[in-house]
Amino acid sequence: MSSLQMPKVDSAIMSEKDRIASDLRGIINSKNVLSSPDELRPFETDGLTAYRQMPLLVVMPETVKEVSQILQYCNQNKIKVVPRGAGTGLSGGSMPLEDCVLIAMGKFNKIIEVDYENRCVVTQPCVTNLAITHAVQDKGFYYAPDPSSQIACSIGGNVAENSGGVHSLKYGATTNNLLGIEVVLMDGTITRFGGKAMDAEGYDFLGLMTGSEGLLGVITEVTVKILKSPEVVKAALVGFPSIEDAGNCVAQIIAEGCIPAGMEIMDKALTKATNDYSKAGYPTDAEAMMIIEFDGTEHEVEAYIGKAKEIAEKNNSSSLKISKSNEERLKFWAGRKAAFPACGVLAPDYMCMDGSIPRGKLAEVLNEISRLSKKYKLPVANAFHAGDGNLHPLIMFDANDKESLRKCEEFGADILKYCVKVGGALTGEHGVGIEKRELMCEAFNDKDIQQQLTIKVALDPNSLLNPGKVYPILRKCAEEGRVHVHGGKTKFPDIPRF
Amino acid sequence: MSMEEKQNSQTSLDFNQNVFKPSSREEIVEIVKNCYRKNIPLEINGLKSKNKIGRNFQSEKTLDLSNYKGIIDYKPEELYIKVKAGTPLKEIIEELNKNNQQLAFEPNDFGYLFSGESNSGSIGGVVSCNFAGSRRFKVGSVRDHILGFQGINGKGETIKSGGTVVKNVTGYDLSKLISGSFGTLTILTELSIKVLPKPETSKTLVIKNPHLKKALDYLGKGLSSSTDPSGGVFYPDYFGKNFVLNDLTHEGGLTAIRIEGPINSVDQRLNRLSKELGLLDQELSILDNEQSNIFWNRTKNLEVFKNLKDNLLRIVVPISETLQVIQKFKNYDIKYFIDWGGSLIWASFDQLNIKILNEIKDIVKKHQGYITLIKVDEDLKASADIFTIDPIKYKISEKIKRSFDPKRIFNPGKMYTGI
Repeated sequence: MSSLQMPKVDSAIMSEKDRIASDLRGIINSKNVLSSPDELRPFETDGLTAYRQMPLLVVMPETVKEVSQILQYCNQNKIKVVPRGAGTGLSGGSMPLEDCVLIAMGKFNKIIEVDYENRCVVTQPCVTNLAITHAVQDKGFYYAPDPSSQIACSIGGNVAENSGGVHSLKYGATTNNLLGIEVVLMDGTITRFGGKAMDAEGYDFLGLMTGSEGLLGVITEVTVKILKSPEVVKAALVGFPSIEDAGNCVAQIIAEGCIPAGMEIMDKALTKATNDYSKAGYPTDAEAMMIIEFDGTEHEVEAYIGKAKEIAEKNNSSSLKISKSNEERLKFWAGRKAAFPACGVLAPDYMCMDGSIPRGKLAEVLNEISRLSKKYKLPVANAFHAGDGNLHPLIMFDANDKESLRKCEEFGADILKYCVKVGGALTGEHGVGIEKRELMCEAFNDKDIQQQLTIKVALDPNSLLNPGKVYPILRKCAEEGRVHVHGGKTKFPDIPRF
Repeated sequence: MSMEEKQNSQTSLDFNQNVFKPSSREEIVEIVKNCYRKNIPLEINGLKSKNKIGRNFQSEKTLDLSNYKGIIDYKPEELYIKVKAGTPLKEIIEELNKNNQQLAFEPNDFGYLFSGESNSGSIGGVVSCNFAGSRRFKVGSVRDHILGFQGINGKGETIKSGGTVVKNVTGYDLSKLISGSFGTLTILTELSIKVLPKPETSKTLVIKNPHLKKALDYLGKGLSSSTDPSGGVFYPDYFGKNFVLNDLTHEGGLTAIRIEGPINSVDQRLNRLSKELGLLDQELSILDNEQSNIFWNRTKNLEVFKNLKDNLLRIVVPISETLQVIQKFKNYDIKYFIDWGGSLIWASFDQLNIKILNEIKDIVKKHQGYITLIKVDEDLKASADIFTIDPIKYKISEKIKRSFDPKRIFNPGKMYTGI
């Protein structure tokens, strides 16, 4: 396992563990303060399982007032705090620090209000993403952002990471579907940003907090907008003889003015692996396979599917299947959604990367990945949210072989650097966390990072809230680890990823 | 020659002038560094289409960005355009038109209100004000379309955030923070903006109806239906006559709902919408693509308030509160129309004074909304808060301001005293 530099451990805090636990038991129900190793163990990692660290203590507050008092106490006593939702994040954003109090928000698990008149849901942050849709679907509504882990990930975590999903091209990521939050700052201040009225006046703190990876505040309530479910959803499964053809097809579909609800590409390696795993009926002889999904009214979907079909054919599609029923459509997706476990069959371990690139650079980037794969002698499979340029290469390696892990991490870093080089971003939806922290200087110069750090200092002068995440320590550009999966198993193997 | 003079002599900038009109980023950096050193406040302007919005403040110098313009990079297939901040919005829209694309947030044109003719301003101004048009409830606000920016902070340092790709969660999303900050945090230099294909067609269902309650009912049902509208407005009787269109003979109050997309789909959805709303043929008209575009342009341009002598307030409340808020306004002589499917109220109050304004503010606040003074007379402007803020957010805003502009040289006091 790669070593990871984290903020210096405060030995005075470590030695005061019992006193701090006792103080916190004075603030919240004593059974909600966890301190024994057995109790702390479940919190030692999140979805980035390559890194593990037991926290000093875990607290499980039940009210916003308790969150405020805990933060105030920690702020006064200079104790580091790490907030945690469902712990499904893939970049290590809620990985504990040795001398931190971890605030586990699991008890904030109720939906507060379903408001159809204003088309929104007010909820506590540890309600799962999918539970919001479940709460409103009987009236024909849903919550649009759908990260693949939506069955388990919390809405508060979605806000912290600005989570996306396969439908974000058309419907946006969390930030575009969020109306308001209640948040507690490190000094204990409770405030609200946004609300049921759109575009609150003044600086857009709602936008700033979204995707700030738990560095600026602890979210205690979330208001999201809900949409009326589309009447018809249809998908096409298209095979291409080359990645270039698939890439051109994506660009032309967009240029023609069609905005699909989702547009996914997998390379041959992943198509075969997922098809073997889930019997999804994929064209395994194709070099690239694409799922294009449209939603809307019947006429609209028919019009767009027809146009997409025409464009695919112009780009040499080798096979094309249009879903005839919702069951068939879900079958198209079943393989794609099972990419994680399917890859587990191919190699003992793999790392899942998350880079963003201009759509038109797909072929170039995949060629580069293939070149790097030969250079590092490690196989790779690629999944791509083609609609919004979000690439997820899966690098196969063997974690028991240190050299293999080292090569894998270097390979991954090379891919992300290339994404930045072609005009993309280090992370499209998984967040920076500890995973890509040291690569931030690939995307930003010192002035850019300094500006972001001054914002952090403005809200948390002692840098106590989730320190060591997102921004490089000592600004060194080392290559760090990625989402590491052993034997097809993550910490929650049954949760679909990316 | 002092060090400062030496630095200044590197460009042709004359620091004795009161209005700087830079055409390069280097010049802007130099101006800001100079002002930072000497504590000189700067008023930042684009095309001055919205510079009357906000508090009056003292500034020794003006930074006019109208020469800092031009399209840097436009990639229609990647759905983005990268422009210099002083670029006129009009120029950007014309360029996008060539590829049948648009800025989906259809920003308001305040030119008609302030000067009686179109002045859609510069893109930097549009982003700095974050006033989105009728598609707000469907596509988001201006800030939702900003992919990244480059700007100069109050120390003269060039900073950037985001990029040109739509999915990017690398670091804090500063693009959101600078949207709607009225030039108080950075001087924007470059903006990367998401563009979208224009819909194949746009049609509008216009319902003859003078009653607000009924209108809000239509809008609520329409927006909650699967017909996916992209605009919803209500104009009371006194504004009906402003919309003389071939397909619209009715001159009274009206509720209008816009449907966009492929032609077949639009017709199908319009048909369904009028059935779902239980409308009779004689109650409705359908505006075709051209007339529909004229109608929504007039709405976006606030044309019913063209050359308005009086004041104009922008009031945003949750849709559920609109009816009660307007009912409480009945005590005042008011002219208004409603956008954003029911949650944005553009209102002009007769005889507005500080007492009435405070009463209005109380009403809006009680209904979880907020109010921005877009146009008020100078007396009122001097005594009233243009934007509203609570003490906690004021404190946070102060800290954020300082993190970008430590000496408060950018538009100081434009939003709030001390910021």
